[in-house]
Amino acid sequence: MATTILLAPLVGALICGFGWRLIGEKAAMVVATGLLFLAMILSWIVFLGHDGTTQQIPLLTWIESGSLATDWAIRLDRLTAIMLIVVTTVSALVHLYSFGYMDHDPQWQEGEVYKPRFFAYLSFFTFSMLALVTSDNLLQMFFGWEGVGVASYLLIGFYWRKSSASGAAMKAFIVNRVGDFGFALGIFGLFYLTDSINFDDVFAATPQLAETTIRFLWTDWNAANLLAFLLFVGAMGKSAQLGLHTWLPDAMEGPTPVSALIHAATMVTAGVFLVCRMSPLMEVAPAAMAFVVILGAFTAFVAATIGLVQNDIKRVIAYSTMSQLGYMFVAAGLGAYSVAMFHLLTHAFFKAMLFLGAGSVIHAMHHEQDMRNYGGLRKKIPYTFWAMMIGTLAITGVGIPLTGWIGFAGFASKDAVIEVAFVGSTAAFWLLVIAAMFTSFYSWRLMFLTFYGAPRGDKHTHEHAHESPAVMTVPLGVLAVGSVFAGMVFYGPFFGSQGQVDRFFGISDTAEAHATYDAGLIGAAHAATEGEEPHERAPQTPGEGAIYIGPENHVIHEAHLVPKWVKVSPFVAMVLGFFAAWMFYIRQPALPRQWAETLAPLHRFLLNKWYFDEIYDAVFVRPAKRLGSFLWKRGDGTVIDGSINGLAMGIVPFATKWLNKAQSGYIFTYAFAMVIGIVILITWTTIASGN
Amino acid sequence: MSADLTLILPEIVLALYAMGALIGAVYTGKDALARPLIWSTAAVLAVVAFWVAFSSGDGSAFDGMIVKDGFARFAQVTILLSAAIVLVIGQDYMARNAMLKFEYPLLITLSVIGMMVMVSSGNLLTIYMGLELQSLALYVVASMRRDSVRSTEAGLKYFVLGALSSGLLLYGISLTYGYAGTLSFAGVIGAAGDEAPLGLLFGLVFMIAGFAFKVSAAPFHMWTPDVYEGSPTPVTAFFATAPKVAAMAMFARVVHDAFGGVVSDWQQIVAFLSVVSMFLGAIAAIGQTDIKRLMAYSSIAHMGYALMGLAAGTAGGVEAMLLYMAIYVVMNIGTFAFILSMTRDGRDVTDIASLRLLSKSRPGAALALLVLMFSLAGVPPTLGFFAKYGVLQAAVDANLVWLAVLGVIASVIGAFYYLRIVFFMYFGEAEEPFAPEVAMPQMIALAGAAILMLALLPELLGLEPLAAGAAAALVN
Repeated sequence: MATTILLAPLVGALICGFGWRLIGEKAAMVVATGLLFLAMILSWIVFLGHDGTTQQIPLLTWIESGSLATDWAIRLDRLTAIMLIVVTTVSALVHLYSFGYMDHDPQWQEGEVYKPRFFAYLSFFTFSMLALVTSDNLLQMFFGWEGVGVASYLLIGFYWRKSSASGAAMKAFIVNRVGDFGFALGIFGLFYLTDSINFDDVFAATPQLAETTIRFLWTDWNAANLLAFLLFVGAMGKSAQLGLHTWLPDAMEGPTPVSALIHAATMVTAGVFLVCRMSPLMEVAPAAMAFVVILGAFTAFVAATIGLVQNDIKRVIAYSTMSQLGYMFVAAGLGAYSVAMFHLLTHAFFKAMLFLGAGSVIHAMHHEQDMRNYGGLRKKIPYTFWAMMIGTLAITGVGIPLTGWIGFAGFASKDAVIEVAFVGSTAAFWLLVIAAMFTSFYSWRLMFLTFYGAPRGDKHTHEHAHESPAVMTVPLGVLAVGSVFAGMVFYGPFFGSQGQVDRFFGISDTAEAHATYDAGLIGAAHAATEGEEPHERAPQTPGEGAIYIGPENHVIHEAHLVPKWVKVSPFVAMVLGFFAAWMFYIRQPALPRQWAETLAPLHRFLLNKWYFDEIYDAVFVRPAKRLGSFLWKRGDGTVIDGSINGLAMGIVPFATKWLNKAQSGYIFTYAFAMVIGIVILITWTTIASGN
Repeated sequence: MSADLTLILPEIVLALYAMGALIGAVYTGKDALARPLIWSTAAVLAVVAFWVAFSSGDGSAFDGMIVKDGFARFAQVTILLSAAIVLVIGQDYMARNAMLKFEYPLLITLSVIGMMVMVSSGNLLTIYMGLELQSLALYVVASMRRDSVRSTEAGLKYFVLGALSSGLLLYGISLTYGYAGTLSFAGVIGAAGDEAPLGLLFGLVFMIAGFAFKVSAAPFHMWTPDVYEGSPTPVTAFFATAPKVAAMAMFARVVHDAFGGVVSDWQQIVAFLSVVSMFLGAIAAIGQTDIKRLMAYSSIAHMGYALMGLAAGTAGGVEAMLLYMAIYVVMNIGTFAFILSMTRDGRDVTDIASLRLLSKSRPGAALALLVLMFSLAGVPPTLGFFAKYGVLQAAVDANLVWLAVLGVIASVIGAFYYLRIVFFMYFGEAEEPFAPEVAMPQMIALAGAAILMLALLPELLGLEPLAAGAAAALVN
């Protein structure tokens, strides 16, 4: 079954990409989408039927070279199962949605065929992503990692006629190269130290790694910390963490379904998945984990501040994505892997929905993306409005305070992250709470600017604004269900008691805790957690279960014991953000301008995204371009081309002419040449043997 | 005595066949018998080739005058098979130009006998005898088209310059005899010892000059373009294949068997010949418009690479050289099979520019020729690349890195004119594509050679262990 899930998108991509000439455009798209829905259904069956034990399904022997033996195998455990449903569900819905969104794209003229290509890329992306999450070793994961990178490149640059899209595609690819370099170094390092890249062997070796030192860049490092850090550099690139994040906002140049699938729900979460997957290593790498937490918290904060002032509807959501990824990393970095995965799961639903909703708005507004030209669309596109409303309620974290779990999806998971953060790091906690307030502000700002107030911008566009077709609204509806209920349904297994979490992720030996576990997935059992002692937990061996929780790691348990004000704080932040947005954009629409003028430097600073792009441009891009241009013009142009051209066009033809002239046709010339030859040889021999 | 005769039975059989057929044909159908004779000669050569290939038993005959070893066998089989194939693919051309003469296959047979003697001799005198037998037959076939000025001119040029080179060779042999007191290789190598007297080295240099003429290595190459161009194309095809193998094998035999103790003394000379040949072949070919002349320069360059293997002075070098020659012969047979079919409106053409748009009219032939051109240029994954790689490797192993580097540079220059042919075939512009009729034997040779070139590795042809064995027999 897992094999079918993995290969169905690949088959779809091949049929759709190469076979559409045979079976027709429409049929190709239907085949790709149908196979994706098949994969989705099978994924849910796998997920719901999964008992937590790790299964390995070998498919083929891939590489055997020296001590490197790598099979292509599917590792099916709880982490994989979660990712399977996330990837296939969002992907299937995005495929369906694309039928509507990509119809009559103004980037193409009448008669040009682009849709099968788009669907093939989407399916190929899904295959790569599935290869990544089902991998049983680091190399296989790297294959998927690069595969999604390629698919992302192709899809960001799908509107290749726009130079900004091609530029964004290149930027995404190149920035990811930096991260991938770290990832590759991490894999090399693991292979160097453990002589294997299979997860089982690497996990088993982590206790030794914690005690090993390795020399790298002229310094001795703790092996576990260094390798965890290097792997995290890879995760930074893919998941757009601060420093390597600049590509994500630009990636919005791609079609909106792509943003929803790749740059919100799946690919960008690969970094979080990597950290959770490598939890046995992360648990013994405290320094690297501290770095993950700090960087994640800052990313959440910085992205949220930038999101406050952006005007492009997709960019707002892009910065929101980046911010939410920061939340996930904070949770993962503090050892609450299940919480990180929880937020990943809920975020996938509501963020995909926000993107698809934004796509629906853009579709309705004839590809206008600037929110300043929206306004009053509530009545024109009611379904989209309600979907976006649910998404906003989910991302801002609306729920009943102090119940912990009764609320929209984001309420349960984000509050869990913030509680975990309070346990681990006060600074991260405050950054995340402030970021939550900003999140609420920019999300409501988006809603108010788009759907409320008076229509702004081009009148003609507003008059023709229309609700999107059913293929686009149905996916919104499905995702809306997830956005509402995912948090409540999955609260227990992800953030219930330690025992529940252990059971869910296939960690045995916690017999005492089983008593509190309520059969089924409903999270009602959360209440049983509070009094439980963490010591009851038997030590876990690395590699057992989907995630590894070290003996010192009680973060989940302690997160439930935080003070009440901490539990309420995200809700308060959300209300503050909502209120501020309401003041700014409904009550007194003149306020934003006043504030922007009063705080002009700060406004400019945020509008320019903390000047990351400018700094990078000055520090890396321009020197690199100068170096490249120097090597190209001087090195390649003058030195290499010059010498080759000089030889090929100057000296060689001259020699050719001369030699052909020497070939006079007269026998005496030829005989003379032979005599000269023998004279040379004799002279040479005489001199050589004289020495 | 009878053991001696048994050892040279293949040569005797061929000689009897040639003489018998000559007399028989003179008294019967004369030129009417030419076609059957070509086929039967090819068959006989092929049968003898298999006979030689599968005969075991090394040994020497007539007090070491004749030496039959693995090396001799490898060279003889290559010579015999290539001669047989060249005979078959040339007959259409002969018929088209009214030159089907019954002497042609028999002269070829006689020259093949000479070559067989050349590669299996253990004495300088036997070498000379084989060489002259070969050359005399070749002088005649070069000028076989008596009504053509160019053909006669080619034969005459070849004869005069060949006589000069024979003189040089004989002078070298006599010098060697003067200093060594013997003509047998075993005696010469003993007399040369570790440090040969200068007179003996002079003898070697003169002999090398003679060999260089035969392999058409620069600066003793100047006859090659004129003779290649002037001779009838089937004869050119023959010149480019079997005699080159024979001369190269003879060259290797003398320098290793007779002067194997003083490798450092001749290594530099051979390396010099190699460099000059590679560069001259590559550079001079660029200006050519006639494909036969082009192939002449191409063969000069290729001899340069084969000599690189020889210059290494090791068994590995000889092995690389033998492989190079075998692959070179296959490439040339394929290419000449096509050149022999180049006609426009029933007349032969040899202009390179006339190949324009061959890919449109004869896509299969154009593709095969493309493969052969890539192989001649040494583009991977064709066998031509592995041939070059082998000799370069041998040179590097023998600490002749500079030679290998120059070889690579020369091959880059040389790639130009091979690719130009490809350019004309695929991207040339013409009102009417070139559409020659390629008959079945030529087509088989062309396609077969092209397929062999893509057979990826010499190991697949089973040649490498044979060449290694041959080289081991020569270099002790």
